[in-house]
Amino acid sequence: MSDHTTMHAIAKLVPEGARVLDLGCGDGALLAHLQNTRGCTGYGVEIADANVLACVKRGVNVIQLNLDEGLSMFADASFDVVLQIDTLQHLRNAEVMLRETVRVGRVGIVAFPNFAHWPNRLSVLKGRMPVTRRLPYQWYDTPNIRVGTHADLAVLALRSGLKVLDSFGLQEGRTVRFAPNLLAGTSVYRLSR
Amino acid sequence: MKMFSIPQSMHFAAALPLQSGEALRDYSLSFETYGRLNADKSNAVLICHALNASHHVAGVYEGQDKSEGWWDNMIGPGKSLDTNKFFVIGVNNLGSCFGSTGPMHINPDSGRVYGVDFPVVTVEDWVNAQARLLDALGIEVLAAVMGGSLGGMQALSWALQYPNRVRHAVVVASAPNLTAENIAFNEVARRAITTDPDFHGGHFYEHGTVPKRGLRIARMIGHITYLSDDVMNEKFGRHLRAASHDGNQGAYLYSTLEAEFQIESYLRYQGDKFAEYFDANTYLLITRALDYFDPARTYGGDLSHALARATCKFLLVSFTTDWRFSPKRSREIVKALLDNKRDVSYAEIDAPHGHDAFLLDDPRYMGVVSSYFDSVAKEVTA
Repeated sequence: MSDHTTMHAIAKLVPEGARVLDLGCGDGALLAHLQNTRGCTGYGVEIADANVLACVKRGVNVIQLNLDEGLSMFADASFDVVLQIDTLQHLRNAEVMLRETVRVGRVGIVAFPNFAHWPNRLSVLKGRMPVTRRLPYQWYDTPNIRVGTHADLAVLALRSGLKVLDSFGLQEGRTVRFAPNLLAGTSVYRLSR
Repeated sequence: MKMFSIPQSMHFAAALPLQSGEALRDYSLSFETYGRLNADKSNAVLICHALNASHHVAGVYEGQDKSEGWWDNMIGPGKSLDTNKFFVIGVNNLGSCFGSTGPMHINPDSGRVYGVDFPVVTVEDWVNAQARLLDALGIEVLAAVMGGSLGGMQALSWALQYPNRVRHAVVVASAPNLTAENIAFNEVARRAITTDPDFHGGHFYEHGTVPKRGLRIARMIGHITYLSDDVMNEKFGRHLRAASHDGNQGAYLYSTLEAEFQIESYLRYQGDKFAEYFDANTYLLITRALDYFDPARTYGGDLSHALARATCKFLLVSFTTDWRFSPKRSREIVKALLDNKRDVSYAEIDAPHGHDAFLLDDPRYMGVVSSYFDSVAKEVTA
């Protein structure tokens, strides 16, 4: 989800001046954008060496950490917003991380690829796993080890006792409120404890 | 283009109060500087050294082959810490044996060589002495302070003791204090030295001897802990010292006294080399300074509370195979800084070389430090 329209759509969900923790922050572009345009502060968390370097180059605070080892380094409610943008689907402990997100942040914003988007459904109907611009991987080399849908996250949130403040889809940078489980390639949730 | 280093020395007549309650007077500090101090004196970077290093951080001595400073791969023109942009200062700590006042010098109070009577100095004392040197050089605020291992402890301590004089602290392969195991290694090294008959209660200078046996053992155990199992195996494996001429492994000597394996002769060589130049009392002092460092101690062990005083920005780096100063210890510092909402970045470099990695070239390590100093340079006027 490196495209700028999506990044800006996510950024709009973050209040001005918020203290932000960006889990799986990639090259730090979103955090840098939030710092420069919305006066936010905070840290990114990354595991990949190249991304850590890119963050330091941008002047974004970055902590090199394996998210599968948990967020014990971060205190309860120490951030206004915890972002998990295209991160959840890579995590072995996705469920734990979802709970950790709202422990550490007053609000958690989770975005991930919606496998129930209609082109994906069509593909599976034809008997093949989807390969799209949003999901450019083959089934055998995908880093997405958690394959879920917009509707699935609502069920998990309920089961984990999380409050869904808002949920919608994103498609081509536009907000999708009508039938997002069918019509949006990206699912977005705003969660709290 | 090689950079030539010129060692300098500065004398301090006024007594330096020490944490122990004692004081040192009429002492000197050896130091070197690289690059040029800019007009508003905002581009100074202080480098703090670890156990067996000195003020000779970078560059070479003119006319001396292989005289590169201990962090010459990191610091110099165009390097990660670029001396074209920064004025870099290397300083030798009190109690050392490389020029600054130490146990081999004359105690002005007694007229005798200090020996074991040299007062116990701490990381905090060193930082205070370094601050006085900066005063004398007319540097009020450091663009950055940087160190690895024990040097990283000094960098951290700078941020706590002089929060208004440091803008960035770069803490590499360090720890907020030593664990029991780590103190234990130091104690083995110290006992090796103090039980050497040539130690003479620390006054071996008067006897014209050096407790070389103790120093050798101290260095050998230290050296083992600075490497990783994998690197040692890769470098030495089970290779015998005496390989046969066709390159195959030779026969065992069936001796308990001879160095049979290559790792043995390597450690013996390292120990011998070290015992030739390092001072036994300095070794005791510096390992003790390591043991005592514990900024959280006066805060009931609460590191977050202790680090509340620090206001500068931090870069921490650790190495995955470093078991003497493990990533876990660096993460404790990171966590305490996060608790205080301080600006901090942390890189955990997956390098194979153990604790020694902080002195070696690794493109990821050098890249992060280099990029960090690029951003520091942007805050500094040319």
